Amino acid sequence: MATLAAPARATAVPASSTGLWSWIATTDHKRIGTLYLWTALAFFLIGGFEALLIRTQLARPNMGFVSAETYNQLFTMHGTTMVFLAVMPLSAAFFNYLIPLQIGARDVAFPRLNAFSYWVYLLGGIFITVPILFQVAPDGGWFGYAPLTTTQFSSGPNIDFWVIGLQVLGVSSLAAAFNFITTIINLRAPGMTLMRMPMFTWMSFVVQFLLILAFPPITVALVFLLMDRFFGTTFYAIAQGADPLLWQHLFWVFGHPEVYILILPAFGLVSEVLPTFSKKPLFGYNVMVYSGIMIGFLGFGVWAHHMFSVGMGAVADSIFSLMTMLIAIPTGVKIFNWIATMWAGEVRFTVPMKFAIALIAMFTIGGISGVMHSSPPADLQQTDSYFVVAHFHYVLFGGSIMGIFAGIYHYYPKITGRFLDERLGNVHFWLNFIGMNLTFFPMHFSGLLGMPRRIYTYDAGQGWDLFNLLATYGTYLLAIATAVFVWNFVRSRTRGVIAGGDPWGAATLEWAIPSPPPEYNFAQIPTVTSRYPLWDLKTPSWHEGEDAHGDTGTPGPSPLKEETETHTAKALGIPMPYPTAKPAFTALGLVVMFSGLLFLRNDLFAVAMTVTLGGAAMLIGGLYAWLTSPLE
Amino acid sequence: MASHAIAGHDDGHAHTHHTTTGLDHRKIAIWAFIGSECMLFASLISTYLIYKGKSLVGPYPHTEYTDAAGKVFPAILDIPVTSASTFVLLMSSLAMVLALQAVQLKGTPLPANAGWWTRAQRSSQLWLFTTALLGATFLGFQAYEFTAFVREGLTIKTNLFGSTFFTLTGFHGAHVTVGVLWLFSLLWIDRTRGLGPKDELVVDIAALYWHFVDVVWIVIFTLIYLIQ
Repeated sequence: MATLAAPARATAVPASSTGLWSWIATTDHKRIGTLYLWTALAFFLIGGFEALLIRTQLARPNMGFVSAETYNQLFTMHGTTMVFLAVMPLSAAFFNYLIPLQIGARDVAFPRLNAFSYWVYLLGGIFITVPILFQVAPDGGWFGYAPLTTTQFSSGPNIDFWVIGLQVLGVSSLAAAFNFITTIINLRAPGMTLMRMPMFTWMSFVVQFLLILAFPPITVALVFLLMDRFFGTTFYAIAQGADPLLWQHLFWVFGHPEVYILILPAFGLVSEVLPTFSKKPLFGYNVMVYSGIMIGFLGFGVWAHHMFSVGMGAVADSIFSLMTMLIAIPTGVKIFNWIATMWAGEVRFTVPMKFAIALIAMFTIGGISGVMHSSPPADLQQTDSYFVVAHFHYVLFGGSIMGIFAGIYHYYPKITGRFLDERLGNVHFWLNFIGMNLTFFPMHFSGLLGMPRRIYTYDAGQGWDLFNLLATYGTYLLAIATAVFVWNFVRSRTRGVIAGGDPWGAATLEWAIPSPPPEYNFAQIPTVTSRYPLWDLKTPSWHEGEDAHGDTGTPGPSPLKEETETHTAKALGIPMPYPTAKPAFTALGLVVMFSGLLFLRNDLFAVAMTVTLGGAAMLIGGLYAWLTSPLE
Repeated sequence: MASHAIAGHDDGHAHTHHTTTGLDHRKIAIWAFIGSECMLFASLISTYLIYKGKSLVGPYPHTEYTDAAGKVFPAILDIPVTSASTFVLLMSSLAMVLALQAVQLKGTPLPANAGWWTRAQRSSQLWLFTTALLGATFLGFQAYEFTAFVREGLTIKTNLFGSTFFTLTGFHGAHVTVGVLWLFSLLWIDRTRGLGPKDELVVDIAALYWHFVDVVWIVIFTLIYLIQ
């Protein structure tokens, strides 16, 4: 646990930074990161609860726990919530909190745009989640295949919420991505060259490019669906000659890079955790960077492996199959580099380290089953079966979620100034690890025995009963694990052991400042001379005999100073952005504008126009007020 | 823009901000934005091309169509008219370049014997207004084109061509509209407090957006109107 004894320290908190309004008007990347963290964890619990209901329904053959209609809504919202409202924003929480700290900046490039991204996410998330309380939640799967989701086959308002909600959430992701690209390119501290950036920042950098290039295709696909549903266009009207695969192509051109958008931040987080608790630099830093970029590039060339069963022909199948196998290479490189990082290191088995190691093991299983269905003949047997469900839960739960938990345990002391309880953390880890495997491993078998995905119940005697029961028990175990985590997370904020600025003996800039960091982050912008500035500072001789260091020459003692005292930004003469609620107001305008469309469904044209134009006026007015007022 | 003053780099100016590349944040962000917009229009244009010639009923873009009742619909695209509107939009890019130049030149004194053209080159208001006016003229052409098509029997609901054509060109038109509003906002700032060389970046960013929208139109005009 804590390697440095740290005194309890009261952080200077100006009076204006407490209360609800201070959160609505905040432009501080750390507070926005905290908002993302809490909101995304809330959605994670909602998505998990939906999974609990799904597994309860599937526990035994022919259960009548929920109706087929409700079941469709549950699995749609489970997927949509976990992908767009839980895992992506959990990553965004870390982007917000860590990127400026890791590159030695005082904030992101556009602090108000950052606030706007968060508020759009929150409001869009509420918009898409609330309908399930009224049994009108989206029910077309998280992939929303058209023409199934066109009015002809889905006439209710369910899909309207989905198509409008995702459109809104896309705005949030895009705005955030432009912001982080600019931040990483333009706000690095002196000496922080690209190849000295911490690996989390590097992987986040790649993710931002995936976001700006992958979101436009789904935006267009959603616009087509929206136009088909509300204005009678024919994009997905098969009777008018439309191509039934148009949606699938546009969706998966987004959908496969999305997979890497979900996993690369977790890869980045464990790449911070593993060197810290092995007391060794990350093995093969350069190759880790290149393989991350490679994954990003190849990620755009594999989308049709989601579509082998549609009959694209031998040539297309072969190309996409090859590309898919190819992408396993840079991913495998990462796995081996993590193992080599731990090799011969002084490994400390803390809770974040356990989660990081769990990612390596579990993601490898999911990665291997992924390579299995990169082969079209094998995929034709496995597609749409529970085998695929097992595969993507091993990469998303075993990969993304494990990595994010590693990150939460690792960075909680930085964010709150206190440790999460180690004992409860261990209970959480083991329940989570066992529960995850109990839930998802049996699905490999039920899948290979032919159990299709997305069915709301099944008959006994097909060999699936035991595997389904085990999976349901596993889910209950995961629920208990999550309850332990939530208890720990909430309780440790006030009761946890006090952590100092650098509780783990880590090496990167975010640990050079107090925990929690002051609003301006760095009293003086640091000058960086190597990849591991804090190790240079504390033990200038640590790198002797290390050739994996990567930088040319041996850096001298770091010019970086560890900051232990906090003052107010005013006392230090650092200009800070004004708090402002204009971004939140603008975000509200955007969501109101889009929600006007809902009234078209009932032919309330006047109402729809009023709401849409009112929202647009709020949006434009908010933007003008925001852009014409000074930042700081 | 962002809070990134560095002790020691402050040359007495409270808002001097150091950036890693020396470029302003907004310049980098607009390039990232344009990159993203490329994918947006690529998706729209790809869909148009995938659906090209797949419409089950007319009117068609380049060929005549006779419906079951024997009614004849001529080829609907009016290439001469759209060539004129394309020319207008291309000229607006020229005016935009001159607007940026005018802002950049504001600081340098005018020679005593300067002719009318040298004087005109200094007027950022003239060129911003010209750019916005040409953009608005393009939108006028588009409004005329859309209403003419609807009169001739092609709506957004008629067939795959109607859906893809109106959506693609409509998206482009919406971008032009945003650009025109942006230019009028700049013109308004210029008239109220004057744009000088220090505002070069603000005009430069608007210009990048404007040229991008123009380039997209060249692609659309070539692929949809010219290639049959």
